[in-house]
Parts: sequence; C-alpha cells; structure tokens
Amino acid sequence: MAKTVDARGLSCPQPVIMTVNAIKEKGQDELVVLVDTDTAKENISRAAKAQGWSVLSIDTDDGGYKIKIGK
Amino acid sequence: MKHFLSTRWGIISVGVLIGILASLLQLWGNPANMGICVACFERDIAGALGLHRASVVQYMRPEIIGFVLGSFVAAYLFKEFRSRLGSAPIVRFVLGVFAMIGALIFLGCPWRALLRLAGGDWNAILGLVGLAVGIWIGTLFLRNGYNLGRSHKTHISAGWIMPLVMLGFLVIMLFNPQISGEGQSGILFYSVEGPGSMHAPLIISLAAGLFIGFLAQKSRFCTMGAIRDLILFKQTHLFGGLVALAVAAFLTNLVVGQFNPGFVGQPVAHNMHFWNFAGMGLAGLAFALAGGCPGRQLFLSGEGDGDASVFVIGMIVGAAVAHNFGLASSPAGVSGGGIYAVIIGFAVCLAIGFTMKEKTA
Repeated sequence: MAKTVDARGLSCPQPVIMTVNAIKEKGQDELVVLVDTDTAKENISRAAKAQGWSVLSIDTDDGGYKIKIGK
Repeated sequence: MKHFLSTRWGIISVGVLIGILASLLQLWGNPANMGICVACFERDIAGALGLHRASVVQYMRPEIIGFVLGSFVAAYLFKEFRSRLGSAPIVRFVLGVFAMIGALIFLGCPWRALLRLAGGDWNAILGLVGLAVGIWIGTLFLRNGYNLGRSHKTHISAGWIMPLVMLGFLVIMLFNPQISGEGQSGILFYSVEGPGSMHAPLIISLAAGLFIGFLAQKSRFCTMGAIRDLILFKQTHLFGGLVALAVAAFLTNLVVGQFNPGFVGQPVAHNMHFWNFAGMGLAGLAFALAGGCPGRQLFLSGEGDGDASVFVIGMIVGAAVAHNFGLASSPAGVSGGGIYAVIIGFAVCLAIGFTMKEKTA
C-alpha cells in the first residue's frame, strides 16, 4: 500500500518538502501525493524527477490532483 | 500536454520579455531603473489613494492593476482559477507590512534590484546579497517545519475580490485622470515631481501589465522562489527566469543607452551598503515566509488566492506606514526610524518563523 502525502491547501514549497521527505524515507518505492493547485502539481512532478522517481499517473480528485509517483 | 510556459524555456522566455518590457517602460516614461518595481508601484498606489502623503510618490500604477487582471484572465483560460483562503491571513498581512518596509529601505523589490543591476547601479549587488541571505534564513525555518497552515476552498466570488478591487482602481483612475501640473484630480493624488510623476502612458503601462500578468501566472515566475528553490532543492528552474530578466534588461539598456555603471548618484537609490543589504534581507525573509515575491503575490491574487491578496494589502499598508512614520529611505540614505524598523521587522519575522510550525500530517 503506497503511502499518501496530503499536501492539499498548502502553498509552495510545503508540498515539495513533504514529498521529498517521504521519498527519502526508507522502504518507499511508491507514493500518492494529493495537491489542489496546478503549481503544486507541476512542482511535485518536477521534484519527483529530480529525485530519480517518475510520475506514474495523475488523476483529478475533488477539484485537485492525485499524483502517483514511483521509483 | 505540458504547456510551453511551464517548461524551462518557457520561464526563461517570460524572464526575457519582462526584462525587455521593463527597460522599455523606462524609455517610455517610467522612472530610471524602475521600469517595473512591484514594491515601489504599490507604494505609489498607496500615495495615489492618500494613504500616505509623500508628494513625490503618488500614482495609480496601471502595471500593478494589469498584473492581477492579466493573471486572472490566464487562470480562467487555463482552468486554473481556484478560490482559496484561510492560511493565517493576519500573519501574511504583517509579513506584507515588513516586506514593504524592508523593500523601501533598500528602495526596490527584487524585480527592481535586478533592474538596478541591469542599469549599472552596483548598490543593487548589496540588495541582492541581502535578499539571498534573507531567503536563506527563511529556508532554515522551512526545513524545520515552519508552516502557515492549510488554506481551504471557498466561494468563487471570494477569489474575485482582489481582481475586482484592481478593476475598481482602474475605473477610479479613468474617472479621475491626471491634470498636468496638478497634485490632485478628484479623489486621486498625483505627483507633480519626483518618481511618481514619471510614468509611461496609461494604455502602455496597462497593456504591459496585462501581458506580463498573463505570462507570469502560467509560468509561475517568482524571484523569491528562484533563490529559495536553488538553496532548498538545488533546483534551477525558476532561477532561469530571474537571470533571463536581468540579462534581457541589461542588453536592452545597452541598446537604448540606459546603462550607467557606478555606486554614486544612481537614480532613486542610496549607497549605504549595510542598509541596502539589511533592508532587502528583511524583505527576503518576509517573502520566503509568505511564499512569494511581491510580483508572485499579485499573480496568485489574480488566480483566486485570498491569502496572497492579504499579503498585497499588507504591502500597501506597509508603504503608508513607511512614509507616514518616515521609515523609507531617500536618495540621501536610510532614516533613523528606518534602522529601528529593520530591527523590529527582523524580530517579528524571526518570531513568526520560530513559533509557527504546524503539524500537517
């Protein structure tokens, strides 16, 4: 079960900090990140790639985005 | 799928366009090395409204109006408009106040710091170093869990308030147009001399503002974010835009003959190095804690972010405080009150950084 990072309502750079911290936790190879702005969505995708991860899927979810990222 | 403006070349292009336009706005009438200065222009708006009565800095700057409305249009066109608010508004207001006070001690926002550099005003180097140090302090807080909490979705009309306020400013300006040689027209104040009297024609300023607001909304152009992301994540995406702005303005200045290198006698600037550094340091810390440079806060206001709007109003009020209390610098240098203001501002911002950690998990 992939861990979920709920960054909805948080302004940048919080969503990225939370995501990068979660990526660096041991044993994680997949994460679900919830955000509610397009800026955060782009920043999460960019940060994931910078960490060597990739974006697996992006779904719209309750006015925001559910981003699945993985190694 | 990815929009061009969200790419690396997208943000670099936006930086280039802002740099060229800012330099040309100076050629068309805006003050020297102040083609666009969000802090100075918000200060001029405060003066136009009579919130302060510094007679040389009173003008309802159409560029600022254009920034918010251009971003508003872009946000709707790209389906990114989202009304949201509620992330510690009073804290953001206070950060806006001190961001403005810091900026007015240096005499410029980060955009103007870059434009001053591009015009050969080497005092800007001290300001930019201060800005980076202020943002660096901000990143230390961010690393340690500093957080102003979540915003939440709200009524669509709530997100329209700031764009409508700006539209109202434009209407007021159209009904109270500048009268040559007069310091007042109806309910608006104008400058007869000084930086407030220097401006490009209204329609050009407005068009430039709308154009930049539109591009910056989609590209997320932010000078604070550029330096913050570089320090925090070693990420150069936004930094490309910042460098592009400075280089483009520099080259345009060379072409049109607006490059005058030196420390002394620079327009709307002083050369008290420490206070240039410290003023911008305070501003940088406040921007970092609030999550955006003054320009970015305007673009966010346009896309429905009510908290960014509160920061903008804080800056406008901060300008009134800075001039009414004699805190703002002049070309002669920093004022006695300004020195106390920097110290108090740092104390307040540090207290905010240390005490506001919110568990978000």
